[in-house]
Amino acid sequence: MAWIVRYLWLIPVLPAAAAAIIALLKQSRRRLAATLAIGSLGLSLLLALIAFAHTLAHPALEYANHNWLQFGAEWIRFGWLLDPLTAVMLVMVTFVALLIFIYSLGYMAHDPNFTRFFCFLALFAGAMLGVVIANNLMLLFMCWEVVGLTSYLLIGFWFHKPEAAKAAKKAFIVTRIGDLGLFLGMMWLYGASGTLLFYDGGAGCLEHTAVAAMAAHGVALGLTASSAIGLLIFCGAAGKSGQVPLHVWLPDAMEGPTPVSALIHAATMVAAGVFLIARMYPLMAATTGGGPSSALEVIAWVGAITALLAAFIAVGQNDIKRILAYSTVSQLGYMMLGLAVGGVAVGMFHLITHAFFKALLFLGAGSIIHGCSEEQDIRYMGGLRKLMPITFATYAIAMLALCGFPLFAGFWSKDEILHSAHLWSISSGPFYLGAVGAFLTAFYMTRQVCYVFFGPRRPAPRTASKPVHESPATMTWPLIILSIFAALLGFVGTPAWPWFQSFLEGRSLALNFGAFTGGMISLMVISSIIVIAGIAIGWWLYGSRPITRAEDPDALERVQPQFFRALGQRLYIDEFYDLSVIAFSRLCARLFQWADRWVWNGAVQLVAWSTRIVSHFDSLVDAHAINAGFDGGSTGLAQGGRLISRFQNGRAQNYLRVLGVALVVLAVILFWSHAG
Amino acid sequence: MTPLTGCLLISALLFAVGLGGALSRRSAILVLIGIELMLNAANLNFIAFWRYGPHPEALTGVIFVIFSIAIAAAEAAVGLALIMAVYRHAKTTDLSRVDSMKG
Amino acid sequence: MNHFPWLSILTLVPIVGACLALLAGKRRGPARAIAAASALVSLAITIYLWTAFNTASGTMQFQELHAWMPALGVEYHLAIDGLGLLMVVLSAIVVLISIAASWSRNEHGGLYFAMVLFLQAGLFGTFTALNFIHWFFFWELSLIPAFLLIRLWGGAARARAANQFFIYTMVGSVALLLAFLALYLATGRFDFLDLAQLSQQGQLAPALAQNLHWGGLSGGGIAACIFWAAFVGFAVKVPILPLHTWLPSAYAEAPSGTTILLTGAMSKMGLYGLLRVLVPIFPQQMQHALTLLLWLAVASIVWSALVAWIQTDIKRMFAYSSINHLGYCTLGIFVVLKLPGDQINRAAAMNGVFLQMFNHALTSSMLFWFVAMLEKRSGGLHGLNDFGGLRKVVPVLCGTMGIAVFSSLGLPGLNGFPGEFLIFKGVFPLVPWAASVSLLGLLFTAVFFLVFLERVFYGPVNQRWAAMPDLSLGERLALAPVIGLMFVLGFYPQLIVGAMNSTVMQILSQVRF
Repeated sequence: MAWIVRYLWLIPVLPAAAAAIIALLKQSRRRLAATLAIGSLGLSLLLALIAFAHTLAHPALEYANHNWLQFGAEWIRFGWLLDPLTAVMLVMVTFVALLIFIYSLGYMAHDPNFTRFFCFLALFAGAMLGVVIANNLMLLFMCWEVVGLTSYLLIGFWFHKPEAAKAAKKAFIVTRIGDLGLFLGMMWLYGASGTLLFYDGGAGCLEHTAVAAMAAHGVALGLTASSAIGLLIFCGAAGKSGQVPLHVWLPDAMEGPTPVSALIHAATMVAAGVFLIARMYPLMAATTGGGPSSALEVIAWVGAITALLAAFIAVGQNDIKRILAYSTVSQLGYMMLGLAVGGVAVGMFHLITHAFFKALLFLGAGSIIHGCSEEQDIRYMGGLRKLMPITFATYAIAMLALCGFPLFAGFWSKDEILHSAHLWSISSGPFYLGAVGAFLTAFYMTRQVCYVFFGPRRPAPRTASKPVHESPATMTWPLIILSIFAALLGFVGTPAWPWFQSFLEGRSLALNFGAFTGGMISLMVISSIIVIAGIAIGWWLYGSRPITRAEDPDALERVQPQFFRALGQRLYIDEFYDLSVIAFSRLCARLFQWADRWVWNGAVQLVAWSTRIVSHFDSLVDAHAINAGFDGGSTGLAQGGRLISRFQNGRAQNYLRVLGVALVVLAVILFWSHAG
Repeated sequence: MTPLTGCLLISALLFAVGLGGALSRRSAILVLIGIELMLNAANLNFIAFWRYGPHPEALTGVIFVIFSIAIAAAEAAVGLALIMAVYRHAKTTDLSRVDSMKG
Repeated sequence: MNHFPWLSILTLVPIVGACLALLAGKRRGPARAIAAASALVSLAITIYLWTAFNTASGTMQFQELHAWMPALGVEYHLAIDGLGLLMVVLSAIVVLISIAASWSRNEHGGLYFAMVLFLQAGLFGTFTALNFIHWFFFWELSLIPAFLLIRLWGGAARARAANQFFIYTMVGSVALLLAFLALYLATGRFDFLDLAQLSQQGQLAPALAQNLHWGGLSGGGIAACIFWAAFVGFAVKVPILPLHTWLPSAYAEAPSGTTILLTGAMSKMGLYGLLRVLVPIFPQQMQHALTLLLWLAVASIVWSALVAWIQTDIKRMFAYSSINHLGYCTLGIFVVLKLPGDQINRAAAMNGVFLQMFNHALTSSMLFWFVAMLEKRSGGLHGLNDFGGLRKVVPVLCGTMGIAVFSSLGLPGLNGFPGEFLIFKGVFPLVPWAASVSLLGLLFTAVFFLVFLERVFYGPVNQRWAAMPDLSLGERLALAPVIGLMFVLGFYPQLIVGAMNSTVMQILSQVRF
């Protein structure tokens, strides 16, 4: 075993240890805290790069397992593994997280809780990296939950804002709903395969023996055990990655500090769900015959619906971060769809490219918000193209990449997803949903860019006096670096040179322009047309006729006011949950409380009262029957005594007389008896 | 009439006199005297039964009576002392008025 | 046969300490110093026992066996296996936490600390005695100080709460006593181990049928009656739904230091009874009633978590959370009797129960300790809406309490998780529906704890508490070892499981059907 595999655990443990140390530091040790966090993550990045290089040379999967917890004769074993999937994720997470750390140095410089912030960030990095390297579903779950905790802490970082506190709570609870499914799936998997280790020399739960057994074992509703477990695990992934119907927490998560934690909730953390599905792919895809498993079918549909629905809602939003948040939800849907219809490489490719251009978008949004004095509403922006040229240029690149404009990174990854969806044997529904989603993506991004960068400037009264300025170099340089990736990263996975896909799947690689077959070319053309149409319509509605005042109605609002308002209200999904699930739970809680107080406690009180009644009756009997009897008896005794005491009159001679009479009587009796 | 019968008659008379005194007199001292008389009647019986009994050679009767007289002396002393104490307390020796022991 | 009487000494130490504390009278300083010293000595002895305990063996150790009242079958029989060991360690820690939480309450004099120590003596006695009469003496002994602690130092409605607590548990105790008298009449035995052996050899029901004539009931029927009577005794103590209604008001009205004892240690007496008495002696009866028992456990879990959600009093909320967490333990215990099933899943569930018992003691004690700190700083307030935004004012208090809260809602890396994981790992393959429904409890636990954090620590600062002092150095030092222990057990639960595993296997081997 190579030393990098043996010491792979250092990658998550370094930032986690840094977090522990920072937690114990005083708030004032800002420089030390930042140094520790960034230094540890830098080392992790270095190790991740070494691991990546190692997998380039030795793409075979390697792992190390250790005993952790014993019950009976069995041990729960933990371990970590290194394969191309892990290596890619390691590099992506460490790299993006390091960027976030450095960016936070400047962005959070004036926050009083700076030290705490770095503690949470470092903990997040450690937990996320733990998810990535885990070779045991339980270890993965543990790190997964800690990721959820850091998400909670970061969203609620400005805890004095009630909305932030609410959003944090919501995020934790909604993801926990999904996590319960994951937990149950984990238990089932453990019961079914006898281990939670992914790979263990043939005995792991993702290896052939266990997976084949589970795929052959049918449970209810035509599901196999493997698919049922896979679906439960997908619940967890859906919670973390904001899939419908558990997507509601993600847009609210934008209450966290802009844009740093928002970035975590866009580029890295939420990808954990996608990664989980990729990791569990052997289980998800397991069938006895050919064709996709029922788990993958469900994932494909959920992913496609999420992609479309979130894109719809994004059209109606006015908060720059919320638009990006819904765009994230939508893109996560694409990733799930890609995983389900095309396999690990397809989904993961979009995950990686998305991480870069979404990071760029959020950093750009941060730069815009920073430049506009903390304004987040796009209606109060406008005309920033000339005032913030670097931000505009990089943002435009990221926007084109997200839309899937030809040759940008998003084009290649999204196109591959659509291509796979088109070839999917079950249904062409997801393909059409995805295609409409792609159109909407182009549309809402164009809308946003038009609102922000074009048209006249429409400052809110609050910020009108403050001049808009381009951000300082510490903020623009990361934008420029990321924009290069956003533009060019797609070329590592084109159909002609699918390096990324073959790396993940362990295939040999060759440059092959023949891959551009007729079907693929036509699909690319179609998707390009869709994207360009979306951009064109967006420009026609918003760019060519920009609104002049912030209060003006939106172009769509003029056409379809009710529909637009429903989109703005996120299709009333939150309200629906409030009125259904939450109201029902509250009702149950009240009912139970009522039952506690009146039924159970009532029964107890009833017993208590009946005891009291019995004891009152007892006391009546005591007073009138028993006591009266005793009283009468003792009165009689006393009277008798008084009567008898008359004989004892204290005169000694009387006693003597009685004695004398008695003597005489005795003598007479004796005499008579002798005589008789 | 045998000598024993005569002795017994005398002692019976003596006893009746004593008893009559003890029952009829009010003065505590006279009652005490009556009691002493009854005691002496008993002593006389002792002597008579010894003298005319089956074993007059052993001196048991005399010894018994000597003990009895000694005890009577002590009893008289205690009785007189009690009467003195009662007198101090009740300012009388009239027994019909000393009835504080009544129930 | 007879070991050096460590266990007798262990029980005597708090009694001596209590008498000394009584001598201190109203002087708080010496009283609490004596109490702390006594509790530390107890802890030291239990730690010695832990180190001297042979973890490879699941049998009784440190045995002391003397004739006491031979005519009645009463012996002075003390011994501990892994379960007893865990319980005495837990009691020692919980009492120490309780004393720490009561450290600076002005009204707490010698009598208060003496009561705490008497209660500890009761706990130690209960967890080490193996003869019913001897055991029952301590079982009841612990009740009296608890009653007085609530009655004398409780909140506004303390009289009612104390009476309810006392009578409720007394009814349970009477049921228990009757059950064991019936067993004695039939078998002539009071010793738990002897009775368990009889039961395993299948001689219990015949003996009952032969020696007791209860209106023509069969031996099995009589055994079922006795089982339910004993079950009520233990279920009240744990508590298991629907015998839980005494708990919220008792926990809420008791001073927080006492609540720590109630939730941390006394609730474990009920679980201990289930494990030591019911499972070995009445396995068939439990198995017959298994579906009902499982429903009771599941209901305890879900019901209490839901009710906790809408409480407006922090102590009531945590009290319901305590019912919820103990519900996992009862679920894990009951599921062991499920047939058919894998031995390895039973072992997982049972190990999980042991872990969960210890962790619940630790975590819930911590939670109420923090409530005591809040009470101290706010003049005795413990309403959910009395605070707000405290994280800004007392960040260290908030952070450390957050650790306890997240441990309680089962966050991995803290001590709450491994126990729950093992229980579910055992329960799911044996009874899938129970595990699935119980998951709702996990969800609502998260919900109400987050509601608590949001209301008390988040949001704008309640100006009334703008000057609330953060944790003092002494408080930090007192908290540090316990918090450390929570992390250690989160990362390395083998520390406990390794010592308990043989006992678990021993208990499981006793459960024959």
